[in-house]
Amino acid sequence: MLPATLSDSYSGLARALAPEAVLVIGALLVLGFDLFAGKRQSGPRAAVSALIGIAALAGAAWLTACAGPSGFALQRALDIDKLAVGARLGAYALSAFTLLLLPGSSRLRHPAEYVAIILFATVGFSLMAAANNLLLGFLAIELASLSLYILVGFDKTRPDSAEAGLKYFLFGGTSAAFMLFGFSLLYGLAGTIDLTSLGFMLRDSFSPVVLVALVMVLVGFGFKVAAVPFHLWAPDAYQGAPSSAAALVASASKLAGFAFFLRLLWPGLHSLAGDAAALPLAAGWMPVVAVLSLGSLFVGNLGALAQTNVRRLLAYSAIAHAGVMLLGIIARGGVGPLFYYAATYGLATVGAFGVVSVIERDAPCQKLTDLAGLWKRSPLLALTLFVFVLSLAGVPPLAGFFGKFAVFAAVLKLNGLGGPAGWLAILAIAFSAVALYYYLAILKQALVAGPAKDAKRIPVRRCPRSPWCSAPRCFGPRCVSLDSLAIVEPWISTGGDISISEGRTLRFAQSRKPFAFS
Amino acid sequence: MPLLPWTIYLTFAGALLAYLAGRQSPGAARCVALLTALAGWGVALAAAAGFTPAAALADLVNCPWIPQLGIRYHLAADGISMTLVVLTGLAATAGILFSWNIDERAGEFFALYLALIGGVYGVFLSADVFLFFVFYEIAIVPKYFLIAKWGSTNREYGAMKLVLYSFAGSALVLAGVLWAYAASGGAGFGLAQLAVAAANFTPVQQTGMFALVFTGFAVLAGMFPFHTWAPTGHVAAPTGASMLLAGVVMKLGAYGCLRVGIGLFPAGLEFFQPVLIALALIGIVYAGLVALVQEDLKFVIGYSSVSHMGFVMLGLAVASPRAVSGAVLQMFSHGVIAGLLFAVVGRMIYERTHTRQISALRALPLFRLLPFAAVAFVLAGLASMGMPGFSGFPAELTILVGAWQFSPLVTLAAVVGVLVAAAFTLRAVQLSFFGTTSEKAMPDHPAAHHVARKSRRAPAARRDHFRRPASRLPVSLDKYRA
Repeated sequence: MLPATLSDSYSGLARALAPEAVLVIGALLVLGFDLFAGKRQSGPRAAVSALIGIAALAGAAWLTACAGPSGFALQRALDIDKLAVGARLGAYALSAFTLLLLPGSSRLRHPAEYVAIILFATVGFSLMAAANNLLLGFLAIELASLSLYILVGFDKTRPDSAEAGLKYFLFGGTSAAFMLFGFSLLYGLAGTIDLTSLGFMLRDSFSPVVLVALVMVLVGFGFKVAAVPFHLWAPDAYQGAPSSAAALVASASKLAGFAFFLRLLWPGLHSLAGDAAALPLAAGWMPVVAVLSLGSLFVGNLGALAQTNVRRLLAYSAIAHAGVMLLGIIARGGVGPLFYYAATYGLATVGAFGVVSVIERDAPCQKLTDLAGLWKRSPLLALTLFVFVLSLAGVPPLAGFFGKFAVFAAVLKLNGLGGPAGWLAILAIAFSAVALYYYLAILKQALVAGPAKDAKRIPVRRCPRSPWCSAPRCFGPRCVSLDSLAIVEPWISTGGDISISEGRTLRFAQSRKPFAFS
Repeated sequence: MPLLPWTIYLTFAGALLAYLAGRQSPGAARCVALLTALAGWGVALAAAAGFTPAAALADLVNCPWIPQLGIRYHLAADGISMTLVVLTGLAATAGILFSWNIDERAGEFFALYLALIGGVYGVFLSADVFLFFVFYEIAIVPKYFLIAKWGSTNREYGAMKLVLYSFAGSALVLAGVLWAYAASGGAGFGLAQLAVAAANFTPVQQTGMFALVFTGFAVLAGMFPFHTWAPTGHVAAPTGASMLLAGVVMKLGAYGCLRVGIGLFPAGLEFFQPVLIALALIGIVYAGLVALVQEDLKFVIGYSSVSHMGFVMLGLAVASPRAVSGAVLQMFSHGVIAGLLFAVVGRMIYERTHTRQISALRALPLFRLLPFAAVAFVLAGLASMGMPGFSGFPAELTILVGAWQFSPLVTLAAVVGVLVAAAFTLRAVQLSFFGTTSEKAMPDHPAAHHVARKSRRAPAARRDHFRRPASRLPVSLDKYRA
């Protein structure tokens, strides 16, 4: 057995898990506040819930950042290294952006529960990011997944949300079974659930059972990141889910999933990696991941070309992005490129879904043509969408380009163009030109096409006159700010009025009482 | 502190300002854009005045940017860059003047326009391949919106085709550059560094990388057989944008071929030289022949651009010092000439007659109605034909002399292209400006009686110097419209 580390005491454990504890407390606070105070108020339940949720996330992020990479904890079950800290912070940020999309979503009848479940899912992501142990990893994945199933099916007013939730749940449940079976086989073979010792114990054993275990694990992994052929849930789930839930599934869950599987595959199963960079292929998980990547690039990019629904298009593009991230797993040039890619991709996706959700408050936003004339209906939203979509497309000087470039450079460094990995990278580069077509199709509707005759302005509503609710507006500037990542922060949902295209500011008092009688 | 990088910074800052100014009024956006372009051009001219030509690139800025990948923010210039930067300033200023009538979403138009120009300046000054690539792609995306929103004929198709071609080309370039980076052991992206590393590559690697990079850039340069985006894109683009497209953006491709393709992988050039020369010759003659039968005046100029860019590519493919300097001169010359031709057709003729069909223009005594346009078009046409006394002549002559040293047959074939160029230019001038010699046709025209009324209202139009002769033209030429 490996020696225990210094932080195995309860205080060390408490320090390592403090962010998660803050999140859980935040979730309970949200529920409690809503139970005792929120239901009596008519207006700002969603905003208050979101505010508490964001506060909890900010607290967790602060604790994580202060503690920094502090090493192992809890008998090496948690590995708080740089990757864990980065992925945790990324997941918190992405969840917080998701929460910012919430206050305007009128369809949700139980906003407090929604926020609480997002926080629980974030606990799952946070544990996934740091898990160094098969059992803890599985528990974290399941905590996150179960929360996400609920979130996706949360909109009870729409049948497609329920359908999306059910599909996601059925696929997810099956894949969890596969993954658990794979994990148990790995435990049976190695006699340990610790990822670091797993690699040590399995270093010489390449039996058929190991292969079965690997395949099982990769099935679960493929499902989690929506890689082909385990992607079928994604378009339906993205289409039916409330947009903030879809944003969470697409961004934070992917980032955390990649962090965990990176840890599982590289330190855990590195002895079974095989080689996909040179011919002939050496058996192992690397060629399998390469095949998953190939399939995802093909199906994602070509599937997206045919879409007329914005959310399905984003879902297929997410599949394509998963293909690139899988390439990043193959590259052993460190986690940097992959992490950067996943984080910037997550931000851009949350932003794109954010725009969709803001539009959706007043008008449907499913078909591509629903975006028509966005530049006239809301110049700020159009500009925001422009930045996010071009970042997804990987156009410089936006962050998506640098992520892509780093991943491709890392893959090509393996063996140049001399092997399947190199060819895959070239294919992925070629597909970026294909991808530009469908991303431009979105932007064409939003920026070039004129608005439909009955299309209305899209005001980003001021919150109701409650003092509770004016607070979130302080969080971000109303203007579009391009930070060093050249990514616009999706503060839009809590910002002020943006329909100022004709030089006057219209003030909208919120007349609806969306959550009054739930 | 070197002057030249300010062309980039000023232009991007101007793009932002123009967008903001456009929210106040279109006029403000125009003025900001014009001032920005003038400033950029002024900086370029000032830098050119104090420039001493040297054999190698002279550093302007060189500092680390992404150290993990060995990427530096490295700007440098030599005579070639300097020429093209000056051309860019000229074309940008002229393009903005000829876009003066854009009222709809003017702020966004000029912001995109200036962003495109900023990217172009960046490309011409980059000495790091990664930086080069970043600017190169920045120059691609605005084109889509410029054409798809403000363009004319078949604009969405033209815009998408143009952008997809350019982006597919840039994907090839990216693949080639990354391959070179990986093969060099990941040292960095500096042009000088990569050139040193590339000397040790195997011939197969060099030819492979050359093929990827050169093909990618040749797409944007409009080289046969990757040229088909150019005529459709030029025709679809608004006047200012087509001036920029033909005048400057196609040069980006040629410049990339020269700087990255030929500069880094000379062994690849040696291997592919016959093919490239053959393709360039086909481009010159074939595009000229196609231009000869076009009905739309903009298509004539679009194909003539392809033909003239064929000369540039020929000079680059021959790759002797003389041929290359001819190619650079031709880049400059064609940039000015094509810009002027597109300006005359788009802003002076189309704006007033609402047609570009040669058959329709033929029925009008255009030479009398629009004498200024006619003179400008004839002058540009003469230059485009390569008449002595105009810039096209020394440029083409130098290329042909350079090609003669390579092989007389090549020169002879290219001379056929010169003849064809004379034919299509003369045809365009003759049919569209001198089609009818009498004014008798005018009073019979159904729209003729609107003319007087039209000239009385529209004081805004009268203020516009270039529009003044409009009062003498029929308002509508539906009869002739294609």
